[in-house]
Amino acid sequence: MRFLLIEDNEKLAQAVADRLTLDGHVADHAGDLETADSFMATTDYDLILLDIMLPDGDGRTFLQNHREQRNETPVIVLTARSEVSDRVGMLDLGADDYITKPFDFSELEARCRAVLRRRAGTGSNAKRIGNLTFDALAGSLEVAGRNITLRNKELRLLEILIASPGMIFSKAKLVDRLFSYDEDVSENAIEVYIARLRKHLAGSDVEIVTVRGLGYRLGTS
Amino acid sequence: MSAVLRGSGSILRRLTLLLVGSAAVLATVLFLLVQSFARQVAEQSQDNILTASVTSILDSTAIQGGEISVDIPYAALSMLGNVSDDRVFYRITAQGKLLTGYDDLPSPDPPRPSNDIRFITTTYKDEAIRVAQATRRLSLGGEPVEVVVAVAQTLTGRARTLARISRMASLLGGGFFVLSTLLAVLAAQASVRPLNRLAGAVSRRGPKDLRPVSAPVPTEMVPLVSSLNNFMARLKTSLSRSEDFIAEAAHRVRTPLATVRTQAEVALRRVERPENRKALKEMIRAVDESSRAAGQLLDHAMVTFRTDHLEKDQIDLAALVTDSVDRLRPVAELRDIVLDVALLGDATVSGDAILLQSALQNLLDNAIKYSPPDGKICVELHCGDTEAEVRFLDQGPGFPAENAEHLTERFARGGNAAATVGSGLGLTIAKEIAVAHGGRLVIRNRTERTGACVSLFLPL
Repeated sequence: MRFLLIEDNEKLAQAVADRLTLDGHVADHAGDLETADSFMATTDYDLILLDIMLPDGDGRTFLQNHREQRNETPVIVLTARSEVSDRVGMLDLGADDYITKPFDFSELEARCRAVLRRRAGTGSNAKRIGNLTFDALAGSLEVAGRNITLRNKELRLLEILIASPGMIFSKAKLVDRLFSYDEDVSENAIEVYIARLRKHLAGSDVEIVTVRGLGYRLGTS
Repeated sequence: MSAVLRGSGSILRRLTLLLVGSAAVLATVLFLLVQSFARQVAEQSQDNILTASVTSILDSTAIQGGEISVDIPYAALSMLGNVSDDRVFYRITAQGKLLTGYDDLPSPDPPRPSNDIRFITTTYKDEAIRVAQATRRLSLGGEPVEVVVAVAQTLTGRARTLARISRMASLLGGGFFVLSTLLAVLAAQASVRPLNRLAGAVSRRGPKDLRPVSAPVPTEMVPLVSSLNNFMARLKTSLSRSEDFIAEAAHRVRTPLATVRTQAEVALRRVERPENRKALKEMIRAVDESSRAAGQLLDHAMVTFRTDHLEKDQIDLAALVTDSVDRLRPVAELRDIVLDVALLGDATVSGDAILLQSALQNLLDNAIKYSPPDGKICVELHCGDTEAEVRFLDQGPGFPAENAEHLTERFARGGNAAATVGSGLGLTIAKEIAVAHGGRLVIRNRTERTGACVSLFLPL
């Protein structure tokens, strides 16, 4: 996904951009509203992350213009102000959601997903591999015409594997992606989810391959 | 917070009393003047008739054949009788000798011979009478003879006329009094109206509306209103300063924490060695602890600030519950926790939407934090006759029985909560918001299974 990050704190912006890049996203960083506007003029973004206090204006003004121009790109506000005073105003002005700093990345991801899910119609983001259809946003998996209900962790595990077929993911990496740091899980927990997912994928043209000593990858038959 | 203001009498009442009192004095004076004037007129007209009567009798006295003859004209007495059914007396004397009439009719004092007509009001035969007396000198054989004629009339008719006029005067006075009382009340109300209008305009304002009063006010009130405006300007500055301070403090604290946390997360993705990973996790946890504590402290400050200036709107509680649950759904989904909403009633409460949402989110956030993964949290809205209840049921460990009541105190945390990030202010914030809205927060454990049951009650 392509993110536009509008944040005036360089260090924070760099860290957020790094983190998004690590997860396989593309992130452009604008330090002020003017830069943001020039980015917006040339590139289509899937999501905008917007700080409220910016050197050349209030993020709320940006939101207002954004909505007046009927720009459909969803906006998630990153606010450092007190939750209590700002939240209602932010949603009133047309932010799709907001998150208070400092934020947990898995929560940010979850909010991004929720916002995109609300915006996108079902099926539009579906990925097809052989007899398998997977829509990460809608959370729907179809194998050989069967609808399968996935739980959140299974869904996200499949999403990670399907995004880069053939790439090997270590258990540690998968734990990082799937669990918040404060969930004290061992790497063996991944085996449980891999096993569940394999059961769901039985009969499909896709399989999860164990690469001994290294991790897992998605293989197509 | 507000001192009881003791009223020192009402301006309206004082003004009304003053005006009505003046009207009463004026009406009494009017009544007395009219009555005294009427009495004078009545007396004057009786005296005029008596004079005419006496004069006509005197005119009819003559010397005929060396004798004094009086031929009382019919009109002389009938003009008196015509007026009313008063009784009429007369006496005619010549040289002190009675010619005709009532000898004992009192004479005006002193009975000095004169051409002037003299009057006296006295009592005769137990009746009040008015006597008019005049003298005429005739010449009898060269000798002067004094003929004295006195005519008297009882006062019944005059009294009746006077009474009639008095009645009219008192009607006039009374009418005047009623009319001026009416005008007085209207005038008093009109002069107090700008004051009431100002008071109304100021008290209708929400607690956050600190704009200066700009409506025109009477000159006398300008000093009062301008000091009020000055006061509000000072209050506004100080209020926005504290609100800005809280927001600024939050910004200053949270931005660097966010940087540290994000950098730590990025580092965590890049290091492999378990001890380094453990250290980084500890670090993130510490950042979370402090940012959550700072955040909730600031939230708490903002909650205190807002409850002190509580601005109430009509709020659809069902919509607010749905909103709050939707807001936290992504967080719950992360841990495969199902949020189940049951709106078993439809309630409109009066309150501050931001505060109520903050209370609901704090409670739900708590429930999510203490729920096991794959658990289920039920959020129920119940509606009673006098209060609405939002109930949060989780499947966590529940509250430790021994100190459940203390958990709503600042920084208090359950003895079984050490493993979870929290500052201990969530329940306090929710409780304070409940109390500020006239409601309450009840925390207890579920009876049918383990788990906590937290209820936010709000009056309808």
